[in-house]
Amino acid sequence: MSDPRADIAAKNRKVARRLFLATAGMGGFAYASAPLYDLFCRTTGFGGTPVVSQAGDRPILDRTVNVRFDSNVDTALPWKFQPLQREVKVRLGEEYLAHYRVTNLSQRPAVGTSTYNVTPETAGGWFNKIQCFCFTEQLLLPGQSVDMPVIFFVDPELDKDRRYDNIRTITLSYTFFEAKTERARTLLGGVAGNEIGKGG
Amino acid sequence: MATAHGAAHDHHAHGHDDHTPTGIKRWLYSTNHKDIGTMYLVFSIFAALIGAGFSVYMRLELMQPGVQYFNGADGTPDGHFWNTVVTAHGLIMVFFVVMPGLIGGFGNWFVPLMIGAPDMAFPRMNNISFWLLPPAFILLLMSALIGGGVGTGWTIYPPLTINQGAGMDLAIFSLHIAGASSILGAINFITTILNMRAPGMTLHRMPLFAWSVLVTAFLLLLALPVLAGAITMLLTDRNFGTSFFKAEGGGDPTLFLNLFWFFGHPEVYIMILPAFGIISHIISTFARKPIFGYLGMAYAMVAIGVVGFVVWAHHMYTVGMDVDTRAYFVAATMVIAVPTGVKIFSWIATMWGGSIRLTIPMLWAIGFIFLFTVGGVTGVVLANAGVDYSLHNTYYVIAHFHYVLSLGAVFGMFAGFYYWIGKMSGRQYPEWAAQVHFWVTFVAVNLTFFPMHFSGLAGMPRHYVDYPDAMAHWNYLSSIGAFLSFGSTIFWLIFVVFGTLLFGRKVGANYWGEGATTLEWTVSSPPPYHTFEELPHISPTAHH
Repeated sequence: MSDPRADIAAKNRKVARRLFLATAGMGGFAYASAPLYDLFCRTTGFGGTPVVSQAGDRPILDRTVNVRFDSNVDTALPWKFQPLQREVKVRLGEEYLAHYRVTNLSQRPAVGTSTYNVTPETAGGWFNKIQCFCFTEQLLLPGQSVDMPVIFFVDPELDKDRRYDNIRTITLSYTFFEAKTERARTLLGGVAGNEIGKGG
Repeated sequence: MATAHGAAHDHHAHGHDDHTPTGIKRWLYSTNHKDIGTMYLVFSIFAALIGAGFSVYMRLELMQPGVQYFNGADGTPDGHFWNTVVTAHGLIMVFFVVMPGLIGGFGNWFVPLMIGAPDMAFPRMNNISFWLLPPAFILLLMSALIGGGVGTGWTIYPPLTINQGAGMDLAIFSLHIAGASSILGAINFITTILNMRAPGMTLHRMPLFAWSVLVTAFLLLLALPVLAGAITMLLTDRNFGTSFFKAEGGGDPTLFLNLFWFFGHPEVYIMILPAFGIISHIISTFARKPIFGYLGMAYAMVAIGVVGFVVWAHHMYTVGMDVDTRAYFVAATMVIAVPTGVKIFSWIATMWGGSIRLTIPMLWAIGFIFLFTVGGVTGVVLANAGVDYSLHNTYYVIAHFHYVLSLGAVFGMFAGFYYWIGKMSGRQYPEWAAQVHFWVTFVAVNLTFFPMHFSGLAGMPRHYVDYPDAMAHWNYLSSIGAFLSFGSTIFWLIFVVFGTLLFGRKVGANYWGEGATTLEWTVSSPPPYHTFEELPHISPTAHH
């Protein structure tokens, strides 16, 4: 009588171990989805995520698109943030240097980081940035004003796909938030000693 | 209910077994699948009264335009307070009523009996599964009272959840604990069903309720860890400076929507599949025929479970997906109507030509088929991304999911209750009270939820405390229906539940007679404390 019961108990434990592993696997999958989702958006331009690329040779076409510049600041960050040009007309493949002016209106140094996006979302995969202030955290001292550059081009391959024939205007949008990362703390650490005014 | 039931049960069980524990130890330390099932059912009824109480409070407010009850301390309408009650209602009904009732309650009681196992595979783990629920429930109730409450809806989307008060953390812990409870229960069910079936009972001879619990348990096992992961990320975003979902740190709130619905869509099948199993048994019993297309019925549930994992984004068409993605999710969602249709038509085919007895459980089962079909049809409407763009977050959606859950799953629970209460307690329900309960409930729930289709089509959004005067008429009717439903439930608790346990007629092993062919009808009513110490043998010709 005891033998078959012990057998069953051992079999049960074996099944349960596998099921616990499956549970842990799905939990791990949930966590892995955060970096995977990020990677997916960056590589495919999904949801209007612009592509980061290198300078290089590419054909410059006659077809033009209007690129509009948009700027936003989180209410918690006392900065003024404006593009120096509202709209430009660029040819496909042409590299363009645009500037945004950022001013720290407060009496304290602050580190900001910006998120970015383009609309229409289908244009994300074609909008390439070579250099951008949004790639790193930015430190601004009290009252400091900086012109921040972004170099971009619109991929000429866009012209080959007729599904994108309706893309005439692309809006590039940034939102500045206060950065709370390790690097932001390091940047602030460098100026903390010199600063007296702590008010904001 | 617990004591009355326990006393009757105890008295009977002593005849069979000298080792039956007594008093509080019997329940607190219980490792017996029937006792744990009973505790789950009692817990579910208790939580249902609280959850339904919240919905009555909401319907009181919505009965008239303007804000009558949900005013803040300064006398102005308090939309956050409203959403707190909405959230509590949703989370309680999903995690503390339907899941414990259908899976924990009926699953624990009848899966071991139906497959001829002496108990669950891990009886002590079963005890933990149950006793994790009360603390989770207390945490959830506290979350509504602390830090201004949780006014996010049961979907707890960031960024709103990131800015909520301390109650949000309690709600997250509550979901963690309830999730752990369900995962342990799921592992227990799968192991029991895979390893402990009686000799001769192959998977393809297993009763459909056991099949439904098996599929449900797999869905729980694969879906709940994703929710656990997502809400843990939410917790660290709120408290420990991570930014999985915070745009300012490079995170993305829509990632949470994806993770939540990857859990959330299987979750709605978790709630309805066990009800499918119960309904199959009842239809077969009272048509006095084996279920039509048994294998098709079993594999339809498997198909619903599998496809249920690849349709999640139909809950979030409006986040800005591109048109190809929406086209895929529309198509995949509509595919689910196929196995669901197999089930509906097989139930009808089972009844076709059968000698039907319109007993109370059969009335609930037929009611289930009707209401679930209505809810399914509106589901197919909503599956269309184009239509959903205008119906998203309106009362049309509320009507849809209450038809499949509040009326579908809950009708399944009541059907199971009337079908098995004689088996569980040894006493039959009073027929007159059960008739009153069914007919009042059937009329009342339709009165509550059918008008919501109209207010939804008229554009009434969910999660708001007030509405334009033009929608007063349908809302008034909905409220009357809600009060009637609640009254009917109280009537059931007093006259049917207590009436049965105190004054019910004693019944024998198989009180439904011919047609009730599964193994639970071979043991006495109530079953002895220990069943199937000698394993039954299932002959290849036996019906399911």
